[in-house]
Amino acid sequence: MQGTYFQPELECASREVMRYIQSKRLRRLVERCYNNVPVYRKRMDDLGLLPGDIRTIDDVKKLPFTTKTDLRDNYPFGLFAVPKGELARIHASSGTTGKQTVVGYTKADIDAWATGAARSIVMVGGTKEDFVHVSYGYGLFTGGLGLHYGAEKLGATAIPVSSGNTKRQVQILQDYGSDILCCTPSYAMYIGETVRDMGIDPKTLRVRAGIFGAEPWTEQMRREIERLLAIRAYDIYGLSEIAGPGVSCECQYQNGLHVNEDMFYPEIIDPDTGESLPDGVYGELVFTCIGKEALPLMRYRTRDICALDHSVCECGRTLVRMTKPRGRTDDMLIIRGINVFPSQIESVLLELGMDPNYQLVVDRKNNLDTLEVQVEMTEEMFSDTVRNLEAIEHRIANALQSTLNIVAKIRLLEPKSIPRSEGKAKRVIDKRSL
Amino acid sequence: MQIQQLSIFVENKSGRLAEITEILGRANVDIRAISVADTSDFGILRLIVDKPQDAVKALKEAGLTVSLTSVIAVGIDDRPGEFAKAMRILADADISVEYMYAFISRDKGKAFVILRVDDSEKAMEHLRAKGVALLAAEEIYGM
Repeated sequence: MQGTYFQPELECASREVMRYIQSKRLRRLVERCYNNVPVYRKRMDDLGLLPGDIRTIDDVKKLPFTTKTDLRDNYPFGLFAVPKGELARIHASSGTTGKQTVVGYTKADIDAWATGAARSIVMVGGTKEDFVHVSYGYGLFTGGLGLHYGAEKLGATAIPVSSGNTKRQVQILQDYGSDILCCTPSYAMYIGETVRDMGIDPKTLRVRAGIFGAEPWTEQMRREIERLLAIRAYDIYGLSEIAGPGVSCECQYQNGLHVNEDMFYPEIIDPDTGESLPDGVYGELVFTCIGKEALPLMRYRTRDICALDHSVCECGRTLVRMTKPRGRTDDMLIIRGINVFPSQIESVLLELGMDPNYQLVVDRKNNLDTLEVQVEMTEEMFSDTVRNLEAIEHRIANALQSTLNIVAKIRLLEPKSIPRSEGKAKRVIDKRSL
Repeated sequence: MQIQQLSIFVENKSGRLAEITEILGRANVDIRAISVADTSDFGILRLIVDKPQDAVKALKEAGLTVSLTSVIAVGIDDRPGEFAKAMRILADADISVEYMYAFISRDKGKAFVILRVDDSEKAMEHLRAKGVALLAAEEIYGM
């Protein structure tokens, strides 16, 4: 697989070259922020920082953080650094965690993002010859247009199917011969189930790779999708505040996501102290949009939890790799004082061979947090005796207790009773009024 | 000689039994015997029907989890102590009963018991040796 890159001079640049590019772009970013965004100017003044104090990429640590709250406080356009006339497009966050935030892109920003997405398609083995089937939603959400522009930038063929109408998705996969499928991992699961329900052997489909993102997913989920669709499944990462999908993506070695760090500079920090953390240590991912014009965020706290690895990848890319995000600081559940991410529960369930459609219901009864893990019954695990089914419930409960130290009640549900998602899956229902 | 029982996973939700039996009605499947085992969140509906394969097909198409389980059916005289005799035979042969349910036949004086045991072959052998009447699948389906 070695040797196939979209922009080898950047994707495989030496660390010195990369640092030179990053430092130059950081200086430009700081000047733009200081001169055009009053919020940033005030923050830098408060810290006694002048643009000239930022010389190399290492100086990024001197800069103030930006948070989701800053975007909300300055809603809709308060952090934009260009006049309205220079904006080429507006997107909005998917509102995963509350109120929407609005983001803007200049023509150059769209081009940089498309470049990130095009590199991503090549990372998973895509070429100009490929049909790229985009089942992400098109609209304010960045998923659909992000991969669409990436495919066109590469010179491949974009099929803008958008999400929904799952049987038609399968029909198109079959009739058009899509080569690469792009959507959320939970929708990929749903499409895979539909392929099976329609009696189609996934091996007869031309599709060979999937680019899945916009929600955290586990290794076990990857194996399940790869089995259901007979493809290789790759994780792509992005967030509208930085750029949509294409900020980072896995290569064919599936060993971390290569960050397009010449445009989006990543750091890992301790979410409590803000201190920088070294390679290999999990913490909150922070991005500085060193290539961006419209919304040049400094040290934006993504709330995604992962670790970085600067070693050179087997694919030959030097672009730093981030681990698959383990979860978000704000979707972490605290149940009776124990921190747990839904993705950790998912790992346990899939290890036990449970159906990947699950739901977590958190509630508070008599001042105690309760967690109910709802799992769908499958033909393989069904038995005609209550004893055997209760044994399954105990096995799940024991595994959650021993690996995550959480006490959960397991509820077995009828197949397909948990709603399937065409976008981001809703895994957690928190009924606590805290 | 073994009879195919349908076992269906049912969530404890009101109206669910009506929906499931309606599916069977539409498939023109006649129910011979029925029993439900339940816990606080789910139940297992167990059915003996006249056309097990048709029933499985209809239920699966409706998205239900259903499996076929081999059970045995014994016919006993409807008199005090008769059922106990059959149970004693199984107990003495060290055969465990997982669950069972009974119904009374249209033939006067006969009762039938559906038994799910840990070893059907062995149970049938012992019951037959002691003169307990075992029903053939066709007899039950065609009742």
